[in-house]
Amino acid sequence: MLENYKAAKEDRRAMCGDTGTPRWYVKMGNETQIEGGPIALEAALRRATAKATNGVPLRPNRVHPLWRTDHDNNVGIGAPEIEYGYEPGGEWIDLITVHKGGLFGTDYRMLFPSDGIQGIKRFYLDCLVAFGKRGLACQPAIIGIGLGGCKDTAMVLGKRAACLRIVGDKNSDPRIAQMEDEFKDLGNSIGMGAMGFVGKSMVIDCNIEVGYCHTGGMQMSVHAFCLSSRRAVARIYADGRVEYRTDPNWFTDYQRRETVEWEMPDDHEKSA
Amino acid sequence: MGNARRPREIRLSTTPTPEALAELRLGDIVYLDGLMYTAREGVYMRALEEKANIPMELPAQSAANFHCSPAARINPDGTFEMGAVTATASFRFAKWLPEWLAKSGAKLVIGKGGMTSKDYKEIFVPNGAIYLSTVGYGTGALLGRGVEKVEAVHWHEELGLAQAMWVLRCKKMGPFIVASDLDGNCLFERENNKIAANIAKVYEGTKPAILKRFGETDDRTDELI
Repeated sequence: MLENYKAAKEDRRAMCGDTGTPRWYVKMGNETQIEGGPIALEAALRRATAKATNGVPLRPNRVHPLWRTDHDNNVGIGAPEIEYGYEPGGEWIDLITVHKGGLFGTDYRMLFPSDGIQGIKRFYLDCLVAFGKRGLACQPAIIGIGLGGCKDTAMVLGKRAACLRIVGDKNSDPRIAQMEDEFKDLGNSIGMGAMGFVGKSMVIDCNIEVGYCHTGGMQMSVHAFCLSSRRAVARIYADGRVEYRTDPNWFTDYQRRETVEWEMPDDHEKSA
Repeated sequence: MGNARRPREIRLSTTPTPEALAELRLGDIVYLDGLMYTAREGVYMRALEEKANIPMELPAQSAANFHCSPAARINPDGTFEMGAVTATASFRFAKWLPEWLAKSGAKLVIGKGGMTSKDYKEIFVPNGAIYLSTVGYGTGALLGRGVEKVEAVHWHEELGLAQAMWVLRCKKMGPFIVASDLDGNCLFERENNKIAANIAKVYEGTKPAILKRFGETDDRTDELI
């Protein structure tokens, strides 16, 4: 894997033939104005996706689900996905692109409060064992768990947990942070590694994100961001400056807020 | 691979002799030389269900079927640009393989994750074919280096670039790992059996979900609570 990473870097080749389904996470400071409006932004992101698909080249993965029509540019109905977030203050726009490959390693289940932590653990293990066999999840992987929300938000939270956190960081809730550590160790104790062969490297990191859910339920999703996890982040300022960084810094205190109103802390500008 | 002995490394032609195939043992590392073609569901459906003429001489030109979609493009001047190539999961293609192996004479099926030993015994063994898995997965840049030249791409207009039949000239392309032999033994099942011993311990203390799903019972008249 390390040799492959080196070869990809030296040759400027994609790391993996499956270059994923390109998607965009877009975050804006509250003072940001977009020239041409949001429609122009979406058109630019679709153009960039088509251009990169042909230019790099990426694999044109996106097809119509029924007619299998392939525009050979990763653009189509609902593709690429574009998700938005906002931060109080600031005049900038963050463009985060994630190319997550694979059809395996992701699942959803409706659990209930009475399933408890042990039920969460079991479904987590089920996902790792089921998709880890024969290496279908392309482990070792960064595992994201979404808990709560509605069914769709549980999936979104899990995917964001897998794709938008950096390895080694912790959820700001110390009890969730403790679960993340515990779940990482649990996943690596299965005895399975790359390709589903005997090994100890299954989970590079386990990230958990939560959202408030229906009082009777405990929705859960699990996502695996494969060993060729690819992501890039750029912040564009009003004056045209572009800053590249590796940390999407998506999950700010604002994104995880619990209150009706939001009062900006003094150090917010720094953290976002 | 832990403390295991270093696996053997073998150069193999993409039109291998039966003797060369008989030499291969589960876990051997193989590098390929010669022509290889990509074929997955799109090609299988077009060749087998729509009965289109296969645009290559098979198996004379190549007996190596790669379950792959490359990250590649066709340039305006008709040349090709290919960066990374990686395999896709093969188990989904089992239903086409009996007819495909018979028709194409493929002796090497190269992909991700292998097939079941039942598939090997029922489909591969009678056709004298074996399965090679890519190693580690996601090692597409290394495999891309093994592609000396893209010779042709067929059916890209009908199937799109990802499903098209790409014909690759390989030079020491690899590494691949021997995942089935001529007797139909299965490397992945062997590994799975070793892991199985520990599974009950990992699950200790957890309990089944309160609301079951179909699949956990296959009797559709069962209650799920």
